[in-house]
Amino acid sequence: MAIVTPLKTAAEQQLVQQYADSKAALPGGPAVRALREQAFAGFEARGLPHRRLESWRYTDLRALLREARPLAGAGVATAAVEARLAALGLEGLRLVLVDGIFAPDLSSLDAIPEGVSVQSLAEALAAPREGLDRVLSGPSVAADDAGLMLNTALMRDGVFIEIAEGRELAQPIVIVSLASGEEERAVFHRSVVLAAQGSRATIVEVSEAAGAAAQQINAAIVFETGEESEIQHVRIVTRQQAATVEVQSLLATVGAQAKFDSFALVANAGTVRQQHFIRFAGEHSEIGLRGVNLLGGAQHSDVTLVVDHEVPHGTSRELFKTIAGGQSTGVFQGKVIVRPHAQKTDGGMKSNALLLNDGATMYNKPELEIFADDVVCGHGATVAQIDGEQLFYLMARGLPRPQAEALVLQAFAGEAVAFVADENLRDWLMREVEAWLKAREAASEVSTV
Amino acid sequence: MAAVQETIDQVKSIDVTEYKYGFVTEVEVDKPAKGLTEDTVRYISARKNEPAWMLEWRLDAFRRWKTMTEPTWSRVQYPPIDYQDLYYYAAPKTGASPKSLDEVDPAILATYEKLGIPLREQEILAGVAPENRVAVDAVFDSVSVVTTFKEELKKAGVIFCSISEAIQEHPDLVRKYLASVVPVTDNYFATLNSAVFTDGSFVYVPKGVRCPMELSTYFRINEQNTGQFERTLIIADEGAYVSYLEGCTAPKRDENQLHAAVVELIALDDAEIKYSTVQNWFPGDAEGKGGIYNFVTKRGDCRGKRSKISWTQVETGSAITWKYPSCILRGDGSRGEFYSIAVSNGMQQVDSGTKMLHLGRNTTSKIIAKGIAAGKSDSTYRGMVSAHRKATGARNFTNCDSLLIGDQCGAHTIPYIEAKTATAIFEHEATTSKIGEDQLFYCQQRGLSEEEAVALIVNGFVKEVLQQLPMEFAVEAQKLITISLEGSVG
Repeated sequence: MAIVTPLKTAAEQQLVQQYADSKAALPGGPAVRALREQAFAGFEARGLPHRRLESWRYTDLRALLREARPLAGAGVATAAVEARLAALGLEGLRLVLVDGIFAPDLSSLDAIPEGVSVQSLAEALAAPREGLDRVLSGPSVAADDAGLMLNTALMRDGVFIEIAEGRELAQPIVIVSLASGEEERAVFHRSVVLAAQGSRATIVEVSEAAGAAAQQINAAIVFETGEESEIQHVRIVTRQQAATVEVQSLLATVGAQAKFDSFALVANAGTVRQQHFIRFAGEHSEIGLRGVNLLGGAQHSDVTLVVDHEVPHGTSRELFKTIAGGQSTGVFQGKVIVRPHAQKTDGGMKSNALLLNDGATMYNKPELEIFADDVVCGHGATVAQIDGEQLFYLMARGLPRPQAEALVLQAFAGEAVAFVADENLRDWLMREVEAWLKAREAASEVSTV
Repeated sequence: MAAVQETIDQVKSIDVTEYKYGFVTEVEVDKPAKGLTEDTVRYISARKNEPAWMLEWRLDAFRRWKTMTEPTWSRVQYPPIDYQDLYYYAAPKTGASPKSLDEVDPAILATYEKLGIPLREQEILAGVAPENRVAVDAVFDSVSVVTTFKEELKKAGVIFCSISEAIQEHPDLVRKYLASVVPVTDNYFATLNSAVFTDGSFVYVPKGVRCPMELSTYFRINEQNTGQFERTLIIADEGAYVSYLEGCTAPKRDENQLHAAVVELIALDDAEIKYSTVQNWFPGDAEGKGGIYNFVTKRGDCRGKRSKISWTQVETGSAITWKYPSCILRGDGSRGEFYSIAVSNGMQQVDSGTKMLHLGRNTTSKIIAKGIAAGKSDSTYRGMVSAHRKATGARNFTNCDSLLIGDQCGAHTIPYIEAKTATAIFEHEATTSKIGEDQLFYCQQRGLSEEEAVALIVNGFVKEVLQQLPMEFAVEAQKLITISLEGSVG
């Protein structure tokens, strides 16, 4: 059924205007321009995703974006930005985006290891390159998403990373994306990671606000990984303004006998929609998608993923943990597709949620779509409150209730964090979890039931 | 495993693609012209001698239906249905409602005999346990042919009759409860049904009564190009209990036939309704030609405290199945259950599941859904479990497993789990796999043929659901499953 959605909301009209005004200045050669045109036409036909659309059922972007903010200007390295970077205290290769624009001065480009090339997305889009549009388009299951179409049409900058064949990086590459704005702006950025055959690397994305104003962020990261590569991706979305709306698309095409892992932590953010589109392009690969969502207040976190087993012998694992307090909403929509002939697929998907108090909501929708018979696929989903027996056990041993709760929650989140291979990153993630739990305790959101 | 051997024998006696119930009965029928207009609705209402309020109700539904569009969200594909190319009413020409079986067309009686459905009330012989008796309402195309054991049920205070009869004789009950669970405009097919429903069963079990026997309805579509629109309404008053079963068959035809039913269950305080279905409409031939489109709205309302509604279904027939027997758990402490086996083979498409809507406090629900897909069929489980903000202490356990036999079929799971209260505990698990080679090997090592081994494993797979069926049905259902899967093992 063709849903005809006439463009009518103010935000949609503003986006049309913004695209018309800015498209001449957006980076990219003719091929990229054609891709942008096509994507925007797709967006115009669909409008902003809304709740009548199955994949956006629980996150109504049309209602959330009453108005489309003006596009952010060239990122300025404000004092707040520099302070945030200092506080992060990152060693090794650090690539900084301010309001979606690559800031080489703030980045540690001297730390680029051998066999790794880094350029800004704007540069990469301008240079002619074989198959660039294929890379930018990502898996076919992402083709219909209006949120991603907007990103394709309006992406301004980001980083373009290439890792040469066989390179094994000892230290993670950290992409820090900071919003500097003291006014409400819209940010569209995209990064690309091309990992050649046999390469090994860890890519960390940090998305934080350094400014005081809420932002409309539409970001994407594209991975294309070669045979026998091992890529770990970690995303931390935190310290955002409560009214910030962030759409994060992850596109990954995973080669044969490769490993691809992604972990995402959302804590102290506003409305975050993460959408993962993953495609198995070669056999005998393993992918793992995991995450922890720590929600309070009126926060909203939506994790929607589509894993496309296009070839036989693929293994996929998903594990998402959501802790929702206050009036917050957690969403998990996972879809595992096993195409005909994708025999010997092994898929396991799990979403666990703890609701801390009445008023918090969790929506779970784990889907399986299977067209091959010789597969082992399963999913599990639970929603509950903290197990009274576990609390009793800890309290019987002398822990006050708030601490007992914090301990149970920490362990709950820790189950997913444990899958991150890099020890330093694990520690970082657990520090964020603990900080969130402490803040919760301090804000005495702890239920007194 | 005597039962298994039995199913194997059953399979052997039947040809691969043979649908046992595919014969046609030649009877003279009464039917209006093809197509659906207000006149068709008036015709149906007039034929059934309905009071004016009923006609108005139907016409209102029909007008609303005209403004609706057919839903397309389900995971099934079929060519567009021409609603003007159908007969909406077909009744055997036996004169007005037969008083006794002797007045019924012998051809129809023979049909039911062939289907193995007892229409004559069995004499109670000394020493024969009367518990095995089942009261039957037989619906042939658009009309109820006969309802058995009515007198005996009356003694217990139970009303069991066709819905047309209920509209005449118990209008107050019908008016009070009809469309109170499935509103007229609930969905496209329910609205269509409201406008043109022809027959179905009506059950009312009064306060504190435990219905003395199983009630059942057998639906048979016989005529060509005819849609069947049945309406079933079951009310269990406070503390009452009733177990109801339905079975359905249709002849083999090249064309697709439409079956759009609405079933409403209402359970008041402490009442329990157990509703079992063995659905065996003609599934179409191996190429997907013909078969019934089964678009059904079934919903139970646990209106009273501590009430319970349990759905058990064995779905083996129909070219397309599109149904979601649901429970609205309104009363505090009420319970909903859903046990389902959906077997699809050939070109069948099944999109089925359930909804458990927790509204009251301390409500519980359980969902066990087993899907078996073979041949080129597609089987989808679509379900929703939700807890309202006030549904404190809601509890759900869901288990849906799919078994795939062959590499041309598909199995899909689309569950929605929505919790709006922290005290709800929802658990959901689903698996999809094929029959384990180690299991097959184990069985074959011990001398079973591959076919026997598959039957054994499948029976084990669906055991949890079969156990919920009344005894007589369980055996029949077990046979059905084996028949449906026949030819799917290489």
